[in-house]
Amino acid sequence: MDIHEYQAKEILARFGVPIPVGGLAYNPEQASYRCTEIGGSAWVVKAQIHAGGRGAAGGVKVCHSDRDVQDVANDMFGRRLVTKQTGPRGKLIYRVYVEEATDIARELYFCIMLDRRIERVCIITSAEGGMDIEELAATKPETLVRTTIEPAVGFLEFQAREIAFALGLEPAMLAEASRIFRRAYRAFRDLDATMLEINPLAVTTKGSIVALDAKMSFDDNALFRHLDISELRDRSQEDARESHAADRGLAYVGLDGDIGCMINGAGLAMATMDMIKVAGGEPANFLDIGGGASPERVLKAFRAVLHDTKVKAMLINIFAGINRCDWVAEGIVAAFKELDVKIPVVVRLAGTHVDLGHQILRDSGLPIITADSLAEAAHKAVAVVGTVSV
Amino acid sequence: MAILIDEHTRVVVQGITGRIGRFHTEEMIDYGTTVVAGVTPGKGGEQALGRPVFNTMKDAVAETGANASIVFVPPPFAADSIMEAADAGIRFCVCITDGIPMQDMMRVKRYMRRYRAHQRMTLTGPNCAGTISPGQSLVGIMPGHIYLPGRVGVIGRSGTLGYEAASQMKALGIGVSTSVGIGGDPVNGSSFRDHLELFETDPDTDAVVMVGEIGGPQEAEGADYVRDHMTKPVIAYIAGLSAPKGRKMGHAGAIVSSIGESAQEKTKILAAAGITVAADPSCIGETVARVLGEHARS
Repeated sequence: MDIHEYQAKEILARFGVPIPVGGLAYNPEQASYRCTEIGGSAWVVKAQIHAGGRGAAGGVKVCHSDRDVQDVANDMFGRRLVTKQTGPRGKLIYRVYVEEATDIARELYFCIMLDRRIERVCIITSAEGGMDIEELAATKPETLVRTTIEPAVGFLEFQAREIAFALGLEPAMLAEASRIFRRAYRAFRDLDATMLEINPLAVTTKGSIVALDAKMSFDDNALFRHLDISELRDRSQEDARESHAADRGLAYVGLDGDIGCMINGAGLAMATMDMIKVAGGEPANFLDIGGGASPERVLKAFRAVLHDTKVKAMLINIFAGINRCDWVAEGIVAAFKELDVKIPVVVRLAGTHVDLGHQILRDSGLPIITADSLAEAAHKAVAVVGTVSV
Repeated sequence: MAILIDEHTRVVVQGITGRIGRFHTEEMIDYGTTVVAGVTPGKGGEQALGRPVFNTMKDAVAETGANASIVFVPPPFAADSIMEAADAGIRFCVCITDGIPMQDMMRVKRYMRRYRAHQRMTLTGPNCAGTISPGQSLVGIMPGHIYLPGRVGVIGRSGTLGYEAASQMKALGIGVSTSVGIGGDPVNGSSFRDHLELFETDPDTDAVVMVGEIGGPQEAEGADYVRDHMTKPVIAYIAGLSAPKGRKMGHAGAIVSSIGESAQEKTKILAAAGITVAADPSCIGETVARVLGEHARS
């Protein structure tokens, strides 16, 4: 689960990482009021969306009067900001964060994440902050410093010092810097984060260190023990189809094709999508109905797939182990009755109670196209889409 | 022989009194697996499916001589159950539970390092379908009848895609020595590499099928091992050619987040290591048959 910058900063501040003074606004008037509250003569207005690359996309603006802040905020509210991380639809701005402007001497990069190769948490830093990590890795890989955390002992003081030296920080800042690094790690560890990125971590002209931007993601599987974090979820930043499906126990990812998919198991779902591509078609979605799917869950999955108006045909591929083909077939029949299905539906059933499943589909008299193998199912789905679009 | 489990495997079910644990225990017993006990803290002394239930794993191992376990414990408590199994002297543990926090699994991996390599429990999963040595033992949740006993090893992340592969093989008369599910989580107990090593030394395995997917470095690590150490032929398929970068495809670990993690890249890496990669998921069985045929002739 992702959260907003201002929320990540609140969390960091709670753990003792310095952040600039700032305040959240839900409308332009509030934004301009924040200037008075914060004081000073320059402010940064930052669109709050769940994606990076905001600066280049016009989502971060420096202003020199409260009037200016109000105008900039007015432009931002209600807009969908498109950055290189959002996809073409962009993300809706309905909160902005107003912050005191900071006089920056240096920008550093600081990130904590899982290294899957060694199955430990690692800290990646660079003296060249400001640009994103992909760019850093591509253009200045020699500046990246990687530190591995041993889960048994945690982030050690000497490691924090090594990072500070590698970043070229003044000896006078050493103690403060390593304190900040370790506090950030503590936030990551205590809250079951999967990613914590501070970019830039700025050294100010006055010689202090402050988190100018912050991004945090959390382990969905650990939210049960962090109810305060799960309350930070912002549905407006999620794909509506995906969060709707997720709330119904379905793993759904929307794509751009026209063949709607309903499959059990993530691996088989990906393989079925691959097969559609091989057969010359494009999948409209990834959808895993999971194990032990009831007819009701199949019906919900139908709804999720058909909600996408691009879908011209549907491919259902079930290899039942803990699932039951008869239940899936009942769900399909129920969906035809309740949802006025107008598009062709190709069904491939295999595994537990497959004969019963086929029987139910046959007896229903519905115009369902059946297939015996994965390849046959994909080719039939692609063929019917061809006839639909003509 | 097979790897990991055979007819001598004595299984204890962790979470046997739960709905899901009970259901699959029954299926395993039907298949012929020697299930000797169950563990549910607080229900020691009861019976479940005719097997004694114990409070602790230590009690279960001491009383029944169990050497393997399967975990159906809910996610918040599953990591603890895995470590309890390791501490009780269990040699092979399958964790079915999906949804274990990542940091809990890191702790499990760290904990297991306290044992010397030859005493260390082998963990598969979490979030996997289990392991089967057809005709001998099933420690998992897969439908046993789709696996023909034979001489090809299978290692896979996904449950149902593994079924697809096994049934394509069965249709061509190709049997399986052992099929190992390693699960779809980013931090898991054992990897492709670990089991490739076991299959390489198993006298009853002639070839190995790897069924991988997008995300993480484990397929590529397996490819390195195949290139440098394996004499037996390896066939593979990597799912997720159409998966967009940065999106989680169902499995917690199925996400392309860095270089080398997409299906296209992994397919290239595997092919470069001498692995025969199936062109699409519908021809995994045919590819295995072709490679076995070529190998028999050479």
